[in-house]
Amino acid sequence: MSSDAKKVLTGPIVDNNPIALQVLGICSALAVTSSMANALVMTLAVVFVTAFSNLFISIIRNHIPSSVRIIVQMAIIASLVIVVDQVLKAFSYQLSKELAVFVGLIITNCIVMGRAEAFAMKEKPGVSFLDGIGNGLGYGAILMLVAFVRELFGFGTLFGHEILPLIQNGGWYQANGLLVLPFSSFFVIGLLIWGLRQWKPAQVEKD
Amino acid sequence: MEHYIALLVKAIFIENIALMFFLGMCTFLAVSKKVDTAIGLGVAVVVVLGLAVPVNQVIYQAILAPGALDSIMGITDPNESIDLSFLSFITFIGVIAALVQILEMILDKYFPALYQALGIFLPLITVNCAIFGAVSFMVAKNLTFGESVVYGIGSGIGWALAIVLLAGLREKMKYSDIPDGLKGLGITFITSGLMAFGFLSFGGISL
Repeated sequence: MSSDAKKVLTGPIVDNNPIALQVLGICSALAVTSSMANALVMTLAVVFVTAFSNLFISIIRNHIPSSVRIIVQMAIIASLVIVVDQVLKAFSYQLSKELAVFVGLIITNCIVMGRAEAFAMKEKPGVSFLDGIGNGLGYGAILMLVAFVRELFGFGTLFGHEILPLIQNGGWYQANGLLVLPFSSFFVIGLLIWGLRQWKPAQVEKD
Repeated sequence: MEHYIALLVKAIFIENIALMFFLGMCTFLAVSKKVDTAIGLGVAVVVVLGLAVPVNQVIYQAILAPGALDSIMGITDPNESIDLSFLSFITFIGVIAALVQILEMILDKYFPALYQALGIFLPLITVNCAIFGAVSFMVAKNLTFGESVVYGIGSGIGWALAIVLLAGLREKMKYSDIPDGLKGLGITFITSGLMAFGFLSFGGISL
């Protein structure tokens, strides 16, 4: 793989993370991170939608009149999300119930629109596809990290398997009730961003 | 009447769409630097939500809901019943985009002052997940037309309230001494987390 393609693929995971730096796609990052399984499904869904919307938009980019481009992009993204939603409903009904409206909300997830507008409208299909995967993974990395912290310390489990035995079940671990509540992900993401920026000081915001 | 007031209070405080469901977070975090702009955006969201939720309710119940088209098409056999609900995502996003466009034209023609004030925010609202989220919740909750009007306006007011409050806090925060890595996005996350914590106390209201 050439170095350019590699940079496009791995850049968004740490150096140009969509959530931590570009402030894109935060809604679902907060709401679906109570368990690793939910976060994983959401990550896969977003990677799929971002990659293919980037690919398709890039293929037809020279034929889209700029005045209606948002609508065209929306139509492509919405069709892809419908596919994801129908697949989830068919093969994993329980999960699709838990994720509820958040699968639909991938349509308005600004990562997808943002990448389509900023990258796919200018670049060739192959690179755009990689950029979509990269940004989906960058989003997923944060999602999985937050879900890891919340599920491990909030429920004592990972992917539903017991890691820290809870007191209620005869173990020693007192579950942290705060991390079960949805808004605790605000704190987790806030601290995560802090950590990331201490590690990569170039990302610190100027006043 | 009491029922509607309860629904309104619930939509504004208890189920605040920004702080309890984390919808419209991207704009919530990005456009909350100044109170003035926050108020402008807040008003725009109230108007669009107040229109989009009832309009989509009518379209969903009349066309997309399972069995809605049966009487028009003259179908009596339940096995042939038409279910278009899988088209709801793409329909909703289209309706929202069209509504925003129409609203923009009307404001431009009849209320130029308001149009100037809202100008940049209106097109942004199409991709604001608060709108799409509220519409999806309307379907999930199976609201009637009257309820959907109240729910749309209520959740709009709730979102506007949250963003104006956050903008107020962020204006004051300019004077605080924040660690470098937390500046900007990080501290905003933690502040919104604390606000969500506060709003949690409204959960004790029983209606």
